[in-house]
This record gives sequence, C-alpha cells and structure tokens, in this order.
Amino acid sequence: MSDATINTTVNQPEAGFGDYVALLKPRVMSLVVFTAAVGLLAAPVAVHPFIAFCAILFIAIGAGASGALNMWWDADIDRVMKRTARRPVPAGKVTAQEALALGATLSVMAVVMLWLATNWVAAAILAFTIFFYAVVYTMWLKRWTPQNIVIGGASGAFPPMIGWAVATGGVSVESVLMFALIFMWTPPHFWSLALFMNSDYQKAGVPMLTVTHGRRVTRNHIFCYTLLLAALAIGAGFTAIGGPIYLAVAVVLNAMFVLGAWRIWRRDEACADADGFATEKKFFRLSLLYLFAHFGAILAEAALRPWGLGGW
Amino acid sequence: MSFREEHELHGRRKGRNIGVGLTLAAFIVIVFGLTVVKVTRGDFEPPRGQQVEGN
Repeated sequence: MSDATINTTVNQPEAGFGDYVALLKPRVMSLVVFTAAVGLLAAPVAVHPFIAFCAILFIAIGAGASGALNMWWDADIDRVMKRTARRPVPAGKVTAQEALALGATLSVMAVVMLWLATNWVAAAILAFTIFFYAVVYTMWLKRWTPQNIVIGGASGAFPPMIGWAVATGGVSVESVLMFALIFMWTPPHFWSLALFMNSDYQKAGVPMLTVTHGRRVTRNHIFCYTLLLAALAIGAGFTAIGGPIYLAVAVVLNAMFVLGAWRIWRRDEACADADGFATEKKFFRLSLLYLFAHFGAILAEAALRPWGLGGW
Repeated sequence: MSFREEHELHGRRKGRNIGVGLTLAAFIVIVFGLTVVKVTRGDFEPPRGQQVEGN
C-alpha cells in the first residue's frame, strides 16, 4: 500500500471491526439471546445442542441486523441526542449506506440460515420481527405517535416466541405468554428512561409520551401499565410456563415493581428535579432485573422439570 | 525488516481484515457443523413412503 492511499482516505470514515459490531447493538442482542434461549429451552421438545446454538446465533444476528437498519434510518436524530451521538454513524465512523448494506445483508442471511437450520415458522417470525422493528417501529411509529414504544415493543417481545418455534415448529399459549410478558414490560421500562432523558427526545423531535403529553401523564401511564404487567406476570405463574419458583420470583419482583411505579406516580417534577430523577433511575434499573429474573425463573422451572421439580 | 512506521489507519484496516476473516471462518465452521449434525440425524433422507413409491 502506498502513502498516497493513506493521504486520500484519511479524511473519510474508516471504521474498525468493532464499529461494525457496535452497529448491531450488542447490549440489545444480549437480551434477545437470553429471552430466545429461554423460549427454546422451556419448550417441551429437545433440540440438538449445536442446532440450538446456531439458532440462537442467527436470532441474535437478525436482531443485530435490525439494529443496524435502525441506525441507518435514525442517523439524523441519533446525531442530536446525547445518548446516541456516539453511535458509529453519527460519530462519522461508518457511513449510513454501510449500515444499510450490513443490516440488509445480515437480515437476509439470518432468516435464510435459521430456516435451513431449523424450520420455516421460526424463520418467518424472525423475518417479521426484523420487518416490525426496522419498518413499522423505526420508519413509521417512532416519529409519528407517542404510542411508538407500546406498539413497537412487540419487536422486542418476539425472540422467546422464535426460540419456542425453533424447538416445536409452531406457536402456542406458552410462547404467547412469554411474548406478552416482554410486550407489557416495555412501556414502563422505556417511559421511565424517557422521564430522565426527556430533553434528548425533545431536541430530536421524537414524540415520546413525555414530549407530547408531559411527565405527569407519563407517570400515570407507567403506573397503569405496571399494574397490568403485574397481573399478567403473576397470572402466568399458574400456567404451563410457571411453577413455585416462578411464582415466588413474580410475587416479590412485581411487588417491588408496583411499589416503584407508585413512587414514580406520586412524585411531582420539583421533587424529581431535586434528586436528579433518582426514583425514576432506580425503577429503570429494577426493570432490567425484573425481566432477567422472570425469564430466569421460567428457565429454572423448565430445567427442573426432568427431575419432577419444575412446574405444577 | 521494515523501517517505516505503520500508520494508525493500517492498524485499523488490519484489525478489520482479521475480524472479517475470523467471521467468515466461523461461518464456514457453522455451516459444516450444521451439515454434519443434519446428515448424521438423517434429516436429508426422504420419507419412508416416498422411498417405497420410488422403488
């Protein structure tokens, strides 16, 4: 390679391998991997370990690909928001076209490979998940309605259904319950984040509930959705995915979650400003533990079943 | 032995090339592994009924 090559390209974005990995939103992928693995392992059909590994990998790649498509489309607003300004596209490390190419290629590859490795139902749900996140949520809902994360939350809720479909080749009440758990968890999780990141969304013109209806209405919504979530999560404990371990975890965590939501609900803005949104931040952190613990408990019930301990 | 100092850009490109190379190698291993598992489980064998009709 000549020096001329260096001089001609040094001012253009030249990404490292890690920048392309960052396009796939690795932190979101970790949640997808975990919930998809729980869906797969909780299913009553055993899957060959190598096929299970590959299936989880392709689901993760599919989720990552939709993240890259999201970064391609949202580069303009990511640039404005403090939370997202360091992402590879707004930081100038990767061009938007590269993000599009990577996202589209990996999407197709992940769906086709999942189909070949497992079955068409799992591949079809993965394809729909990518479409839902990249097109329905990112291109349509996100900039249009304050209900963006309520409806868009479905895309994050599909992975356990895909895992279940990998094992069983279909959809059942159990997989729909796991979907519903994440679907109902998403609004309080993201709205609590929006409460203390409101200025970011305001600057970018994203119609989050906090921007369009204010923090008071958002607090009301968080409390309502948390009550509905608690009823669903505890109710699921009496179904096929539940059992004594799940029920114990659900009762404790939902009591904590409802208490956190109630604390958020009764606070006013002066109070929240005074302590730097400490209650809202605590609730947001608890929401992460909440989801991991519920799915961990579902996994524990399934793992203990062969010894006659899991489930009812 | 080279006396020219490597530009930071070359280091980044090298890292990217190694990353892409390892990813492709991993993909080959995965496709090979999947093929082995599916062939040994008999996933590619035609259903019994079809075999009888064929004969």
